[in-house]
Amino acid sequence: MTAVPALVVEDLAVEFRTRSGTVRALERVSFAVPKGETLAIVGESGSGKSVTAYAVMGILDPAGRITSGRAMLGGLDLLAASADQVAAVRGREIAMIFQNPRTALNPIRTVGQQIADVLIRHANVPRREAPGRAVELLRDVGITDPARRAKAYPFEMSGGMCQRVMIAIALAAKPSVLIADEPTTGLDVTTQAVIMDLIGDLARDIGMATIFITHDLALAAQRADRIVVMHAGHVVENATTAELFARPRHPYTAELIAATPDAAASLAALASIPGSLPDLRRLDLPPCRYAERCPRRLGDCDAALPAAPAIPEHVVACWNPLS
Amino acid sequence: MPTLILKRLVMTIPSLIGVVIVTFLLTRALPGDPAAYFAGPAASTEAIEQIRKSLGLDQPLPVQFVDYVQALVRGDLGTSLTTGQPVAAEIAARLPASAELTLLGLLVSMAIAVPLGILAATRPGSMIDHACRIVTTAGVSLPVFFTGLILVYVFYYLLGWAPAPLGRLGIFDSPPPTITGFYLIDSLLAGDGTTFMASLKQLALPALTLGIFALAPIARMTRASMLAVLSSDFVRTARACGLASYTVVVTYAFRNAMLPVITTLGMVFSFLLGANVLVEKVFAWPGIGSFAVEALIASDFAPVQGFVLTMAVLYVALNLAIDLLYGLIDPRARMDA
Amino acid sequence: MTALVATMRHARYVVSENPVTGLSFGLFLLIVLAALFGPFLVPHDPLASNTTMALQPPSAQFWFGTDQLGRDIFSRVVVATRLDFGIAVASVVLVFCMGGLAGVAAGFFGGWTDRIVGRIADTIMAFPLFVLAMGIVAALGNTVQNIVIATAIVNFPLYARVARAEANVRREAGFVEAARLSGNGEWRILVFQILPNVIPILVVQMSLTMGYAILNAAGLSFIGLGVRPPTPEWGIMVAEGAAFIVSGEWWIAFFPGLALMIAVFCFNLLGDGLRDIVDPRRRT
Ligand SMILES: Nc1ncnc2c1ncn2[C@@H]1O[C@H](COP(=O)(O)OP(=O)(O)OP(=O)(O)O)[C@@H](O)[C@H]1O
Ligand SMILES: [Mg+2]
Repeated sequence: MTAVPALVVEDLAVEFRTRSGTVRALERVSFAVPKGETLAIVGESGSGKSVTAYAVMGILDPAGRITSGRAMLGGLDLLAASADQVAAVRGREIAMIFQNPRTALNPIRTVGQQIADVLIRHANVPRREAPGRAVELLRDVGITDPARRAKAYPFEMSGGMCQRVMIAIALAAKPSVLIADEPTTGLDVTTQAVIMDLIGDLARDIGMATIFITHDLALAAQRADRIVVMHAGHVVENATTAELFARPRHPYTAELIAATPDAAASLAALASIPGSLPDLRRLDLPPCRYAERCPRRLGDCDAALPAAPAIPEHVVACWNPLS
Repeated sequence: MPTLILKRLVMTIPSLIGVVIVTFLLTRALPGDPAAYFAGPAASTEAIEQIRKSLGLDQPLPVQFVDYVQALVRGDLGTSLTTGQPVAAEIAARLPASAELTLLGLLVSMAIAVPLGILAATRPGSMIDHACRIVTTAGVSLPVFFTGLILVYVFYYLLGWAPAPLGRLGIFDSPPPTITGFYLIDSLLAGDGTTFMASLKQLALPALTLGIFALAPIARMTRASMLAVLSSDFVRTARACGLASYTVVVTYAFRNAMLPVITTLGMVFSFLLGANVLVEKVFAWPGIGSFAVEALIASDFAPVQGFVLTMAVLYVALNLAIDLLYGLIDPRARMDA
Repeated sequence: MTALVATMRHARYVVSENPVTGLSFGLFLLIVLAALFGPFLVPHDPLASNTTMALQPPSAQFWFGTDQLGRDIFSRVVVATRLDFGIAVASVVLVFCMGGLAGVAAGFFGGWTDRIVGRIADTIMAFPLFVLAMGIVAALGNTVQNIVIATAIVNFPLYARVARAEANVRREAGFVEAARLSGNGEWRILVFQILPNVIPILVVQMSLTMGYAILNAAGLSFIGLGVRPPTPEWGIMVAEGAAFIVSGEWWIAFFPGLALMIAVFCFNLLGDGLRDIVDPRRRT
C-alpha cells in the first residue's frame, strides 16, 4: 500500500468519567485511511465507533478524556492541537455527517442559512454570495427545486432530504476527510442506497477519504476498500475488504462473517454472536476484551494484547488467530 | 404570521370570557349582600337599597350579567366610593406607573438571569454555576416585600444612595408632560434630563426588587434549557462543522434555548403582576396595585373588581404577546397555526 | 413492608447524598415544634405592650428587639409560627382534597368531567394568581378562613393537572382492567385502585406548594387582608415594621421577614428532597 494517508489514527484511548466509575471506552485504536479511499469501521452497538469519530473531531462529551494517541491530518495532530486550530480545520479539512439527520440540523434555521454558515466560515465565500452558493450545493446533492428548498426548515423535509442537506453542509468546504457515522440509519432502504451512492460519487469527485461507520458488515463490504472491526473499544482486525472476507483471522471477525450469510445482514446478525460486550467500567477487564466470549482462548490471552505492526497490511489483535 | 396572530387572538376568547364570568361571580354569587359590599361598611339601609336599585342587583342573575357585560363594553367599571371617581378613569391614570415598574423589573431580571443561566450552563461545575444554583434556590424563597424593605434599609437608610421610597418622583420634582405615561420615556421625549434621572432614581429600588423576584425562575429555566440544547444533536453538528464558538453558542444554542424561557415568561408574569401589588405598597408607588389595596382596606369593592379584571386582561394580553414572540422565533409554531 | 424499608433506605441515601435536604428536615422539625409548643416556651407575652420599652433594638433581654408598642418581637415571631404554618397546611390540605378529587375524576372519567375541570383550571390560570387571591378574599370577606380558601383556589390547577395526568395513565393499566373484569364498579375502582396510586404524587405536590402557600398568605396579610392586629403573624408584622425601616428600626420588619424566608426556603428544599425520595426515576 503506497497511497498517501489522509488521516492516521494511532494508539487512541478515551475514558469517560461517570458517577458509577470510569468507562474505558477506547484503547489502542489505530487505523489509517488513504486519500480517495473508503474505510469502514464495523462493530456492534457500544463498541466505540462513534466515540472514535468524536475523539478525532474533537467533539467528545465534556465527560470524555483522550488519555493517549495521535490523529494526524496532514501535518496536524488533531488531538494535540489547540481548540482554535481544531475548530479551523473542522468543517474545512475534515467533516462529519451523523445519523438521525432530522435532529442533526438546527430546527429553527433554514437549511440554506445553515449551509451558508459553513460557507462563510470555511470556503471564503462573502456573506452576500453565500445564499446563492448554498442553493448550488443543494442542487449538487440532488435536491430538486433547490432555490425553494433553501428557504425550508428541517421539519418541512423528509429524513432523506435532511441527510442530503447534511451532506451538502459537510462537503461545503470540500474537505479531504469525511466521517459518516451510520448515515443511513433511520432511512428507508431505497433512500439508503441513494444516499450511499451520493456520498461515494461526491467523494470521488473531490478525491476525499471517507470513513464509513456502520454495524452492517454487508453494507461495509459493498462500499469500503478496507474494513476495521471494533469490539468493546479495541480494533480487533484491520484488513482490505477482500482479504477480510477471504481470510478473516480474528475469531470475532470470523463469527461476524459466519453470522452474515449474505447482503441481508443486520444488527440481528451481530446480536446472534454468543455473549455480550463486557462492562467497560469493570476494573478487571481482561487485556483482550473478547477473551470471555472467545472459543479459541489461550493462557496468553490473559497476559497482554499482541503489539500491532507499525504500518499494517492486515492487523489482528489475537494470540491465536485463524490462519 | 397574520394567520398565527388571528388564531391566537381567537384562542384568547375563552380565557377572556372566563375572566369576565369570574369577576362577575366574585361580586354577585357569593354569600352576603353584594349591595352592602358596594355600598361600603358605613352605609345606611336606605343607601344600600338605593345602591341595589342603581346597580340592578334586584334583577335576576342572568340579567345582571348582561348588564355587567354591557357596562364593560362601554368601559364602565363602576364608581369608587372613596374618591367618587369612575374606576376605569382611575385605573387608566395609574396603569402607566404600574406598567413602567413591572416592565423595568422584568428587564432587570432578564438582563441578569439570562447571562447568568448561559454562563452556568456553558461552565458546569464552575463558581458561576454554583452561584446560579444558590440564586435560583434562594430567590424563590424571598418574600418580595421583604426584599424591598431590605433594599430600602440598605440603600436609603444606611447608604443614602436611593431617595425615600415615596412614589415616582421626589416632592420637588414635577412630572414630565404626559405622552406615554412612562416617566422615563416622557422625560426623554421632553429632553428633560433632570426629571429622567429623578424618576430613574425612584424606580431603581422597586424595579430591582421585582427583578430579584423574577430572577430565579428565569435563570433556572435558561440554565436548564441551555444545557439541554448544548448537548443536542444540532449543536454537535455545528461544532463538527467548525463554526466559531460564538456562532455555536449564540446563533445555534441560544436562540433555541430561549424558546422554553419565553414559555416560562407566562408564569413569571403571573407572579410579577401579583408581586407588583406588594412592591407598590412598600414603595408607596401610585400604581393600580396600591389603588386596589387602598380600596380593599376601605371595603370599596368596585375598584377591587376593576383591578382584578384589568390585571387578568393584561395577563391574557401578555400571554398572547408571548405566544406571538414564540411564533416569531420558532417556525414550527408558525406552521401549527 | 419491604417497600417501606427500601424507601427508608433510599431516604437515608438521599439525605446523606444531599446534606441540604437533611438541613431542611431539621428546620422543618424546628418549625413544627415552634408551631406546637411555641406559645408555652416564649420568654414574653406576645401581646403585652409596654410603651416604656418601645422600639428597643435587639438585646439580651429582647433577642429580636421590641416594636412600637414595646412588645417582644422574638416572642411574637415564635408564636406566629402556628398561625402561618396552620394557614399554609390548611390551604394545602384543602386544595389536596379539591384539586386531587377533581383531577382524578377528570382523568378517570374523561369526557365532560374532564372538560369542565380543565376549563375551571384554565380560567383560574388566566388570572395572575396573587391578584385572584386578593379578589377572592375581598369578595368572600376579610377573614383568615378566606385566606385559606383563596390560597387553595389559586393552587387548584396545579393539583388538578397532576392528579389528572396520573389518573389518566392508570385508567387503562393492567391492575385496573383486572379489577374491572372481576366486577368492580367504576367508583370502587376510582377509590380503591386509582386514588392510592395518585396520593403519593400529590403529597410531593403538597410539600412543593407549601412554600408558595405561606408566601401567598403572608403577602395577603401584608397588604392588610385576613389577619388583624394585634395578632402576631409574619406578614402583618413585616407590614407594621415597614414604616420604621426608613427611620432605621430595622429589626421590627426584619425578624418576621427572616422567619418567613427561612420557612419558605425550608419547604422548597424539603419539597425537592421529597420528590427525589418518592420519584423512582431519580433513584440512582
Ligand atoms: N458520554 C458518555 N459517558 C459515558 N460513557 C459513554 C459516553 N459516550 C459513550 N460512552 C460509552 O462508550 C462506549 C462506546 O460508545 P459508542 O457510542 O462509541 O458506541 P457505537 O459503537 O457508536 O454504538 P452505536 O452503534 O450504538 O452507535 C459505550 O460503552 C458507551 O457506554
Ligand atoms: Mg454510534
